[in-house]
Amino acid sequence: MPTDHDRPLLEVRELTVHHGQLCALSDVSLRVFPGEVYAIIGANGAGKSTLLRAIVGLDRPTSGSVLFDGADVTPQRTERRVAAGIGMVPEGRRLFPSLTVEENLLVGSSYARQGPWTVERVYELFGWMRERRTQRATQLSGGEQQAVAIARALVANPRLLLLDELSLGLAPVVVRRIYGLLPELLAGGVTILLVEQDVSQALRVASSIHCLLEGRTTLEGPPGDLTPERIEDAYFGLTASKDGATPHPGTPR
Amino acid sequence: MSWVNAIIQGVLLGGLYALFACGLSLMFGVMKVINLAHGDLAVVAGYVAVGVIAVTHIPTVWSFVLVVPVMAVLGYVLQRTLIQASLNRGLLTPLLVTFGLSVVIENGLLQFFSANSHSLNIGSLVSDSISVGSQISIAYLLLVIFVVAVVVLLGLQYFLSVSRQGRLIRAVADDREAAQLAGADYRHVFGIAAAIAFATVALAGIAFGMYSSFDPTIGTDQLLLFAFAAVVIGGLGSLWGTLAGGIILGVAQQIGAQINSADQILAGYLIFLLVLLIRPQGLTGARTPS
Amino acid sequence: MSAVTAAAASAAQETTVRVTRSRRPAGWLVLIAVAAIAVLGYLPYVVYSGTTDQLVNVFILLTMASMWNLLAGYAGLVSVGQQAFIGLGAYFVLIAAQHGMNPFAALPVAALGCGAIGLVVWWLVSRLRGGYFAIATWVVASACALVISRFASLGGGTGAPLPGLSGLSPTLLTAYTYWIALAVTVVTLAAVYLIMRGRLGLVLTAVRDDEVGARSIGARVWRARQLVFVVAAVGCGAAGALLIISQLNVEPTAAFSVQWSAEMIFATIIGGIGTIEGPIIGTVVFFVLQQTLSQYNAWYLIILGLVAIAIALWAPRGLWGLVAEPAHVRLFPVGYWLWPADEPGPQRRRLGGLLRGKRQARDASAAPRRSRQ
Repeated sequence: MPTDHDRPLLEVRELTVHHGQLCALSDVSLRVFPGEVYAIIGANGAGKSTLLRAIVGLDRPTSGSVLFDGADVTPQRTERRVAAGIGMVPEGRRLFPSLTVEENLLVGSSYARQGPWTVERVYELFGWMRERRTQRATQLSGGEQQAVAIARALVANPRLLLLDELSLGLAPVVVRRIYGLLPELLAGGVTILLVEQDVSQALRVASSIHCLLEGRTTLEGPPGDLTPERIEDAYFGLTASKDGATPHPGTPR
Repeated sequence: MSWVNAIIQGVLLGGLYALFACGLSLMFGVMKVINLAHGDLAVVAGYVAVGVIAVTHIPTVWSFVLVVPVMAVLGYVLQRTLIQASLNRGLLTPLLVTFGLSVVIENGLLQFFSANSHSLNIGSLVSDSISVGSQISIAYLLLVIFVVAVVVLLGLQYFLSVSRQGRLIRAVADDREAAQLAGADYRHVFGIAAAIAFATVALAGIAFGMYSSFDPTIGTDQLLLFAFAAVVIGGLGSLWGTLAGGIILGVAQQIGAQINSADQILAGYLIFLLVLLIRPQGLTGARTPS
Repeated sequence: MSAVTAAAASAAQETTVRVTRSRRPAGWLVLIAVAAIAVLGYLPYVVYSGTTDQLVNVFILLTMASMWNLLAGYAGLVSVGQQAFIGLGAYFVLIAAQHGMNPFAALPVAALGCGAIGLVVWWLVSRLRGGYFAIATWVVASACALVISRFASLGGGTGAPLPGLSGLSPTLLTAYTYWIALAVTVVTLAAVYLIMRGRLGLVLTAVRDDEVGARSIGARVWRARQLVFVVAAVGCGAAGALLIISQLNVEPTAAFSVQWSAEMIFATIIGGIGTIEGPIIGTVVFFVLQQTLSQYNAWYLIILGLVAIAIALWAPRGLWGLVAEPAHVRLFPVGYWLWPADEPGPQRRRLGGLLRGKRQARDASAAPRRSRQ
């Protein structure tokens, strides 16, 4: 799909989300360009997952808007956004426990768009998955489940893939293997927006970093432009960025 | 010999109860809704059959060809409107709404069809039976109903495990949000599940109307409780458990009737309460109800 | 419902707050209540017996609805089997009267007997929740009806007349029945009010708002629910006893009819579930509709059912919620009001107490979801 590189694939404008009285996300803006790996970092409860859920439509924003490929999708339901090409691997993987591995993938491809990814292609990438396709998803190890969750999202052929805390609860070696998949995904034309608590992991893979603290943007930019000190400040909010680095919200890069 | 006869009758009757129960079980499994109007809907199906037969003069046995689709559409519409609306409003609301629906349906039927009982006339089929030996006789009708129940359960099992729509129903039952992320409109999937549940209720209602006479109050007085008892005894989430539950209920009732004809229904309830007490997850279920 | 936690959140922001039971001094409410009871008590001297007979039915329904409200609105137990205790209450009076006891004296005995049965039933159903609980209680009620109708001495399936009241003149009988019914209702409402004002009420409010959270701080959830279930059994037993006394006979199908559940549920939902005032309003509306539509047979239940469905879906706080919430009126102040110490005006929030502070953060996120229920 030919997309102008100057136009963001995803644009979030001044998004505010409340969980009841609690303001989970406040005035967050971001733009993700095609072919990018955009990483959102932040501590527990910073609003990272809420941001992803709001982008895909599982959480309703109080104000602000979400634009996908130039179209305002804010009023649309999740399934419409999925059909438009937003995919998501939710936090905690959320495989269908009573379904087999293959059935999980088939559900993922039920409303698939045209594209390179099929259940067969996934099996080529992960040989073990074909062998274990008749097993219940719950019988797999954590890393294997994460792979199935990614595969389930991939077979829908999303243009933008939201990855929520891929490394959660996985051994470092497994995390490295999972992140090793990203180039393969990017090669297939997928743009990636990921949420990660592990900052060094995020810095390794991302072309843009966006740091949240208590629901607000505290830092944004390409990893090369950001010093570890600034990231630490933004991540923990210890000092109010005394070196004058107060980017955002909403500053265009 | 009369005891053997009672047990055989009970097993066959269990097929009818399983037919009542599978729709209730499906709706609870997928939507987590216990539809308190379930029994009344079976009675509605019976009355729809009465009306359809009166208007079109099709043979009673074939009335299901029209009644089942009508009830399936009703199920889809009710799910997408009232039941879906109640699902979004907390745990108690679906119970209150389906209970309200039950009262409205029952009194609506009373208003339009009076308290007189009706039945679906199938001529001599109702009394025909196969005799085995001198004392055991197996009623044709009950045998047919039992076979229909087994076929329906097999079909449902096959549909849920093999078809794309069945897979989606199971996925939505497992994790509604994850299914949405796969592009599924869970409301529509709920509607499909309700349509299937209502279709089975329609079959059960027609079968019951052939087996016995019915009136507007029997839905709440007996059918809902029987269906629920079969589901609980068998254990949720297992269609074969439901058949087993129906059979156990049927056998308990027939044995109770052997002891004293007034104890038929009570015996079924006591078995149900006993199972609730010692094994609330049912005979086949592993999960505890919550 | 979530006002508890909303208030907790705002309490954290205010430096000093004042907490009161009611927005205004509650003394005048006590006066009104006493006056209302006095006026109602005087009625048999001034109105025809037809009117007091009707009012007895109102009182019976109000008692039942208040009990169901306590169960479902406060303890989260949707019972569809309270008719078990209505029927048993009636039959206990019958049994006592057959043994020579005065039916009026038998009423409290029957109510307590229902409480004992309630304890047994609770043991049977206490592990169940939601629809399981609803249908299990229903089955218990049906089983009770079947067992009772096996006893030929109690009239079997056709029922029996109530002996022991033929000595009274019709006028006196009507008046006594009326006063007893009034007394039962007043005691019921007072009991619900005191329960909700006391420690048990706080536990129930906490459980309703967040069961897991309440458990985690050691609220004795199970015991609270058990007590509510037994109290509801006693109340419905008293209603059943009133029923047989006012009708002078009993018949198992009618006494154990699920229609009682329908009536108490509809009255509570229409008036406003989870408030003491709700069942009162709902009972009045119920009777007005029933009287208006009485010549159209089953129509009154159809219309009430439709109204109850609509209210459950679109106005879950009921008529009382629609009226009282914007006006901040509360006849029975069981919650708390939070006042900023430096501001004369009341905060628009109610404080259920007990659990604030500890549960603040999680509640703040969970609250509005509940408030929409």
